[in-house]
Amino acid sequence: MSTPTEASPDSGHGKPQADHADQARTLVQHVADLRAWLFLAALVVGFEFWARVSFGGTFILNTFNLQSIAIFAVAPLLLATGQTFVIISGGIDLSLGFIMGLAAVVAAHTINAVTPGAGLLVGVLAGFLAGVAIACIPGMINGLLVSRLKVPPFIGTLGMFGVARGTAFLLAGGTTVPVSNNLFAMIGNGRIWGIPYIVIITAVFMLVMHYVLSQTKFGQHNYAIGANVQAARRAGIDVKGHLFRLYVLSAACAGLAGVLYSARFNAGAAQAGEPLLLDCVAAVVIGGASLFGGSGTILGTIAGALVIAVIQYGLVFVNVEPFWQFISVGVVIIISVLIDQAQRRFAGGRVDE
Amino acid sequence: MSETLLEVRNLSKHFGAIRALDNFDMTIHRGEVVALAGDNGAGKTTMIKTISGVFRPTSGEVILRGEPVSFSTPQEARDKGIETIYQDLALADNLSIGANIFLGREPMTKKWGFLPVLDRKTMREAARETMALLDFHVSRLDAPVSNFSGGQRQAVAIGRAVHWNAQILIMDEPTAALGVPEQRKVLSLIRQLKAQGRGIIFISHNLQDIFAVSDRIIVMRRGIKAGERAISETTHDEVVKLMIGG
Repeated sequence: MSTPTEASPDSGHGKPQADHADQARTLVQHVADLRAWLFLAALVVGFEFWARVSFGGTFILNTFNLQSIAIFAVAPLLLATGQTFVIISGGIDLSLGFIMGLAAVVAAHTINAVTPGAGLLVGVLAGFLAGVAIACIPGMINGLLVSRLKVPPFIGTLGMFGVARGTAFLLAGGTTVPVSNNLFAMIGNGRIWGIPYIVIITAVFMLVMHYVLSQTKFGQHNYAIGANVQAARRAGIDVKGHLFRLYVLSAACAGLAGVLYSARFNAGAAQAGEPLLLDCVAAVVIGGASLFGGSGTILGTIAGALVIAVIQYGLVFVNVEPFWQFISVGVVIIISVLIDQAQRRFAGGRVDE
Repeated sequence: MSETLLEVRNLSKHFGAIRALDNFDMTIHRGEVVALAGDNGAGKTTMIKTISGVFRPTSGEVILRGEPVSFSTPQEARDKGIETIYQDLALADNLSIGANIFLGREPMTKKWGFLPVLDRKTMREAARETMALLDFHVSRLDAPVSNFSGGQRQAVAIGRAVHWNAQILIMDEPTAALGVPEQRKVLSLIRQLKAQGRGIIFISHNLQDIFAVSDRIIVMRRGIKAGERAISETTHDEVVKLMIGG
């Protein structure tokens, strides 16, 4: 810019205003940002204590427990990753659970059809591709509904929830589809240095998604759209195109979850993601995202998904009736949202009514 | 008079039978603040939306630095140096000042030589420079703009226009949502922009603000120009009379 910096000949204004945001980042805010990890730490310590006191065992220092929790967290975490992107944009995707089931069934069928002629490896690759690709179709429809036809995400994806569910059951013939491919079964159940392959695949995928959300234009625009869609549009962001890609991405995450499910159980099932429908939303919210959009991180969501997995596995481990799982997860969600609200108030930022 | 930046000739915008803007003329020169006043529904907003590419004019010409232009999107107008600052602050509250300045045009850099990542350093530096240019010294450049006051946020919106080297700034009620000290701050920003040689179209309901910063005032009534006066040669009373058609 070639303009003079020394301007303001007539000084109608006083000193520059104090930057009162300086002290805003209080301890409360730090705690709130890390709350999912703190929850997780508290849970682990709690279960460890419980295990030692009640039967003299250890909870967390047991490799089998760690592996089980990690495997347990894979599917909800993959769904929650897609959901994190959608929730940050201010939407919600209710169809993910059954898109996962659809992908599981299609992956199973594809592997069974391809393996006899083309071998184990090609069969597995075809299964992965078909599972993720088929998931993108309901994702595209969700995207079109939300971006072009202005259907509220809650309703549009609720419709797709039903469509994906019915289609998955029809394709599965109302039952589960067993897979016969040893390589696929090995991916689903094998491990290297004690770490299950599906956990490694999920971890790598998380890394990529974390990068996309925090370091790319796509991620940046996602936050902007969630905070102020009008501002995003005025800034020249292609909001429609973004929302379309967003719902395809979230469906693709569910597709990957479906394929890994088939690998783990050696069978595709339409109801694979049914219990995870709302678990994935819960993981995102516990992880610090706001359902109003504009905030959330992949790291938070990972902690959120682990919190749910630890509660569910831990309560079984210490031999408590399984119904307590629902109560505990519910309580954690509520506390998490309360902390979020308190944080906004303490931070002195603008609170939307 | 200095160089003419923007000239509008016989501009009309009709919505069916409604003539929201009818044969409107105006010019803006370098370093000039032109106030656009008028009652609600007088056509001020239609006027600026037609200049800034939101609406296509029904007829008439927009001439930018001697060249006839026609914008079909606000982006095109922005690329030519016409930037609009809306009264409801087109900022993403959860992003930093730099991220807001670069919203939609984020700079990228390569990490480890191959991985494209957002260039947050460039954004932060640009934010610091731009805000300093506007005499706002903000130390917390990574904080989301929701942490800042209304006047500071208005400055960020103006800063975005300045950073992209807008030559014509259209400000729609920039002081409406602000407290008194912040209003003064924004008015001083407008004076600075003027001193930097930019042209400013200033829309306001507040005659005091208009008289404080403008060089000329154009009063609109029912889509037509009801009058145009140099600020030094008019009074509040005369302007009000023009507005209500007395």
